[in-house]
Amino acid sequence: MLKINNLNATIDNKSILKGFSLNINPGEVHAIMGPNGSGKSTLSNILSGKKGYETSGEILFEGKDLFELETEERAHKGIFLAFQYPLEIPGVNTNIFLKTSLNAIRKARGEKELDAIEFLKLVKEKSKDLKFDEDKLNRQLNVGFSGGEKKKNEILQMSLLAPKLSILDETDSGLDIDALKIVADGVNTLRDKKNSFLIITHYQRLLDYIKPDFVHVLMNGKIVKSGGPELAIELENKGYENFN
Amino acid sequence: MDNRQKEIDNLKDYKYGFSTDIENTRAPKGLNENVIKFISNIKKEPEWMLDFRLKAFERFKLLKEPDWQKPKYPKIDYQDLYYYSAPKSMDDKPKSLDELDPKLLETYKKLGIPLQEQARLNGIAVDAVFDSVSVATTFREELTKHGIIFCPISEAIQKHPELVKKYLGSVIPTTDHFFATLNSAVFTDGSFAYIPEGVRCPMELSTYFRINASNTGQFERTLIIADKGSYVSYLEGCTAPMRDENQLHAANVELIALDDAEIKYSTVQNWYPGDKDGKGGIYNFVTKRGLCKGKNSKISWTQVETGSAITWKYPSCILRGDNSVGEFYSIAITNNHQKADTGTKMIHLGKNTKSKIISKGISAGFSDMTYRGLVDISAKATNSNNYTQCDSLLMGNKCGAHTVPYIKNKNSESTIAHEATTSKISEEQLHYCQQRGLSSEEAVGLIVNGFCKEVLQQLPMEFAVEAQKLVGISLEGSVG
Ligand SMILES: Nc1ncnc2c1ncn2[C@@H]1O[C@H](COP(=O)(O)OP(=O)(O)OP(=O)(O)O)[C@@H](O)[C@H]1O
Ligand SMILES: [Mg+2]
Repeated sequence: MLKINNLNATIDNKSILKGFSLNINPGEVHAIMGPNGSGKSTLSNILSGKKGYETSGEILFEGKDLFELETEERAHKGIFLAFQYPLEIPGVNTNIFLKTSLNAIRKARGEKELDAIEFLKLVKEKSKDLKFDEDKLNRQLNVGFSGGEKKKNEILQMSLLAPKLSILDETDSGLDIDALKIVADGVNTLRDKKNSFLIITHYQRLLDYIKPDFVHVLMNGKIVKSGGPELAIELENKGYENFN
Repeated sequence: MDNRQKEIDNLKDYKYGFSTDIENTRAPKGLNENVIKFISNIKKEPEWMLDFRLKAFERFKLLKEPDWQKPKYPKIDYQDLYYYSAPKSMDDKPKSLDELDPKLLETYKKLGIPLQEQARLNGIAVDAVFDSVSVATTFREELTKHGIIFCPISEAIQKHPELVKKYLGSVIPTTDHFFATLNSAVFTDGSFAYIPEGVRCPMELSTYFRINASNTGQFERTLIIADKGSYVSYLEGCTAPMRDENQLHAANVELIALDDAEIKYSTVQNWYPGDKDGKGGIYNFVTKRGLCKGKNSKISWTQVETGSAITWKYPSCILRGDNSVGEFYSIAITNNHQKADTGTKMIHLGKNTKSKIISKGISAGFSDMTYRGLVDISAKATNSNNYTQCDSLLMGNKCGAHTVPYIKNKNSESTIAHEATTSKISEEQLHYCQQRGLSSEEAVGLIVNGFCKEVLQQLPMEFAVEAQKLVGISLEGSVG
């Protein structure tokens, strides 16, 4: 589904990713762990289409050159990024934002757009599953949301949009234990033979709830070690020093 | 880029940019007594009307063009303009739409304002003003049943002289400032509405202003009188062809609300803004003033200003009646090289008078926007208050936004509250929206409409949707 070959990325003359390669097949869950500043968010930003990076190397999504696609086209094709720091957008009602987003993606997929009633029914259902307080949906997007509420809002959007590839950038950071389980439920519900996940995290705990197929350690701009779930436990115990 | 391509690109952005090829009757070029007499004569005006004009002209000759505004413009040669231009076919006023030049009907159809009976907009009476004449007014019979007068002002001068004499110039005197006085001397057409005592106008009244002729100034005049206990909602729309020259539009609008009456006046101003490099476009220098003459009266201005090369206007309320209310809701958008200096004046004279100002300014490209507003509470206006909220939204870092509030409170029992914010649409916000499948244009539309919501809500339903689209179109190409 996603093939990254020898990706290099530079911003403001600072080289961040240096020969990064990764292969994700349909249905797989990959976890990436790595110290602060190692380039995890840089990777997710580049996958999402954020501008401002100088890049070389190759990224293929379902065989297509990702660099050829605009940010929104990538979203239309099923790439979703749960942001490490979700943005606040004053003046924009959360419900309206979610509906506009869902319909933009449905339209691009050639599906019928949902009217207000159909949408509200769907969003109600999903909010209930995720124990997301519905009142928040009538507030301005992420404005005044607590850190955890913003993260949950990302997962709500993920479950609404049902993407093929979901990238979760530290979605678990700042979540209480109950919320962590809910987020994991959100992922597990969407998890099937076709949908894949790239989960960026600092903590092994999330991986207790979402069993990854692979765990990778990212350091100095590339993957220095890959393994199964046991690698996360090893990291938790020993830290990153051993990998240098 | 070759010219043709440029033209096509422009048309994409400004779909009202076509012009109608029609034979015109024009006044001789220039500004003098003879031209004023020409206008008065072709309109078959009574003596008193000509006197009004000539008096204004005498005054005009003594006035100096103001230059305190932020947007500067090259000197206008007032002798190099035509002050009257109208389709020749209007020389003998057609009695019905069947007699109207098909080219005119076609023009309004293209503008989305069909005039024919079968195609008319539902529930909206339209007065269609083309350059210097009103070419048609719809739903007149229906309105007459309620005693409402809605007709071109040139016709009102002939048929309802007592009303026109009493109220014309009562809010904007002929001795007012430069452009208003010029308008009093040379105004050509516009709309007149009178709502009798106790009548709630059953439909929206509207005027659609179209500038077509080149090298011509448009000076329209609108007068709306809401008698005791009446209510009217009025909407004004404007477009013009794309031309390389700047064209002057200097209108006067006077509103009078008597006891317990309410006037809601909405404008969707979409004059040609000039091209991407700032060439051409309308100078929109209009004077709009409402008088809350009676007690408990209310005047509410709502404006969506997206067009014009320069917009320079301050729709105002004089709150003379006790307990009267003035409101000003504004969205002003400038893109490319457009400039705007707009706001309002709220003059509190009566007791317990209230005013509210909500202004949303959006600037993009190389444009420049100024909000300028005056709140003046006189010594006699006990227990009065004003609330002002002024928000600016910037897109990119080459545009400007300025807020210039003037506050005068001479009554210790009255209060004025002013809030202002400035924000910016960030790359990160756009990226977030795009990650969720929205194009950058859709994202800007969503953010901007969220920003303007409070004002858009004030527009009559039928126009809110149009205005929302217009807001999006005006900012197209301002991102990415
Ligand atoms: N615009 C920028 N200009 C200069 N350096 C940048 C820029 N953006 C990111 N960096 C640097 O790139 C490096 C990688 O940042 P990135 O956000 O990808 O790290 P991360 O692995 O996500 O860290 P964390 O675990 O703290 O979230 C950091 O050293 C950061 O300071
Ligand atoms: Mg990060």
